[in-house]
Amino acid sequence: MDWSALSVSLRLAGFTCLILIPIAIWLGRSLAYARFRGKGLCEALVALPLVLPPTVLGFYLLLSFSRDAPFGAFWAEMTGSGLNFTFNGILIASLIANLPFAVQPIQRAFEHVPHNLREAAWCSGLSPWQTLLRIELPLVWPGIMSATALTFAHTLGEFGVILMVGGAIDGETRTLAIAIYDRVQAFDEQGAAQMSALLLLVSFITLGLVYGLAGRRRWARG
Amino acid sequence: MGWPVVGGGHVADLHIPELVAGLHVAVNQTGPIPLAAEFTCQPGELLALVGPSGSGKTTLLRTIAGLYHPQHGQVSCAGDVWLDAERKHSLSPQRRQVGIVFQDYALFPHLTALENIQLPLRHLPKPLRRERAEQWLAKVRLDGLGKRYPNALSGGQRQRVALARALARDPKVLLLDEPFSAVDQVTRRRLQRELALLRQQIDIPIVLVTHDLEEATALADQICVLHSGISLQQGSPGSLFRQPRTPLVARLLDRHNVFEGEVVSIHGQRRLKWGEWLLEVAGEGLNAIAEGQRVAWYLPPSDIVLHRRGRPSHGERENPVAATVSEMVVLGGITSIVLRVLNGDMLRFDIATHAARRNQLTLGEQVHVSLLAEGIHLMPEHRAHAVPHNKRNLL
Repeated sequence: MDWSALSVSLRLAGFTCLILIPIAIWLGRSLAYARFRGKGLCEALVALPLVLPPTVLGFYLLLSFSRDAPFGAFWAEMTGSGLNFTFNGILIASLIANLPFAVQPIQRAFEHVPHNLREAAWCSGLSPWQTLLRIELPLVWPGIMSATALTFAHTLGEFGVILMVGGAIDGETRTLAIAIYDRVQAFDEQGAAQMSALLLLVSFITLGLVYGLAGRRRWARG
Repeated sequence: MGWPVVGGGHVADLHIPELVAGLHVAVNQTGPIPLAAEFTCQPGELLALVGPSGSGKTTLLRTIAGLYHPQHGQVSCAGDVWLDAERKHSLSPQRRQVGIVFQDYALFPHLTALENIQLPLRHLPKPLRRERAEQWLAKVRLDGLGKRYPNALSGGQRQRVALARALARDPKVLLLDEPFSAVDQVTRRRLQRELALLRQQIDIPIVLVTHDLEEATALADQICVLHSGISLQQGSPGSLFRQPRTPLVARLLDRHNVFEGEVVSIHGQRRLKWGEWLLEVAGEGLNAIAEGQRVAWYLPPSDIVLHRRGRPSHGERENPVAATVSEMVVLGGITSIVLRVLNGDMLRFDIATHAARRNQLTLGEQVHVSLLAEGIHLMPEHRAHAVPHNKRNLL
């Protein structure tokens, strides 16, 4: 059993959710409410990782993470270290690869909040922030939960992008999914089976917890 | 392009009357929704904005609430200026202190009835909020239902929660956007009665948006008629129904009997020539109009008196007119009658069904009616017929 791979996987999934969900709430809400030229373009950009082969996405990320590329150079300037084959590198890759899984459910949820509920809240004296916290977020909660579940589960299972950007450095970038592949390559079927079962269990528990939380809405029952 | 407003001038030119106790709204813009409206509503008064759909009623309501920002305009309430577009001054909806009941009530589905009503009370200390919300719940006769979520309430109950939520904020103006349109008729009647009762307890301007003339007549002290964003006339229901300012107002208020006549002089006396009839008009109206001028005029159906067969009475000397019965529709106790006059115009009025029977009215028969001089309302400067059934709609 490769415990360090499990730790990398859980850390990666956890941090991805922690960073991505607030961004997705902001982005999803903006896309749901705003009407501007090029909105379709923005939505297409967000959805792109969904249809792009992970190796293609990984390849471009690899290029832009290199110190010759503007982003890689900027990162190196700021932090003093590179991005390729580091945990930070696969975290950024994971944030981008998961964008559609996080944004789309939240955007749909915001689109289903009737516009006049916000107006009713304003007319009840609630500031835009209070309206977001007390009215909008409770109403889009199921969307946020399913975005979290999808992001978490998808990060645990992500393979191609991580492999391209991170390789398989023990304790740094070797996730459980990659460790399983390594074991199969090394004809260690038992090790692969154990880790597969573990990944299955973790995914199932996570999804169960998240959907359980999302389901606690007395008011939605007809 | 300027939008003329009844009373002359442009709304944008108007300055806000100082120290208006009630609500004063003047809005003017050419697009995207053309608006040129002005109205006032005193404290304790209920003003109904009526007009066909797309006439800008809801937009005006949203302007008052601060949810819509017109290019030009002013809104002031209880001495405070809420909007002055010229000076780029506009209070946010939060600071305007309006109570608004949306057409679909816009209750927060994740909050109970009580929590919905508590939300606008957040300026109070917590224990007081609950107590106050319970009081409001009792006032709209929903005691005991506070723990229910909106989806477990009937349409009428939801409307009451929405009303309580709007009033809980101690608003300076109450805005009602078609509040009775989403409930069945029995509930609607009951809610209308409750609103009429509730009004006696609150002393703020109330603005009701409705397309239902009956509702407006029953509930409102003042009606403002809107068409394509333009306020055409404001007045009490009684005065509007007797004296619409233009043929268009008459049409929007579902008034028939709008005709066109010519001002003539007979033996030094002014008369209104209508077909071959020379009508007397009470008051000084005719004297103010030049001879030979054509004017539109209107007669309320209540001022058309059917002569009883073989029993001449006193009023029959007043503007007697001969006509043929061209339509008779029995609607329960009331019979709606359309008479065709020689020049082709149609007179419409209602009489009690038993009276129609007693007079043995039949289609195609010739009858006589008196057009009461007191009721004839002249609309100078307006010549065009705007009555759809005359098919001479020149507007």
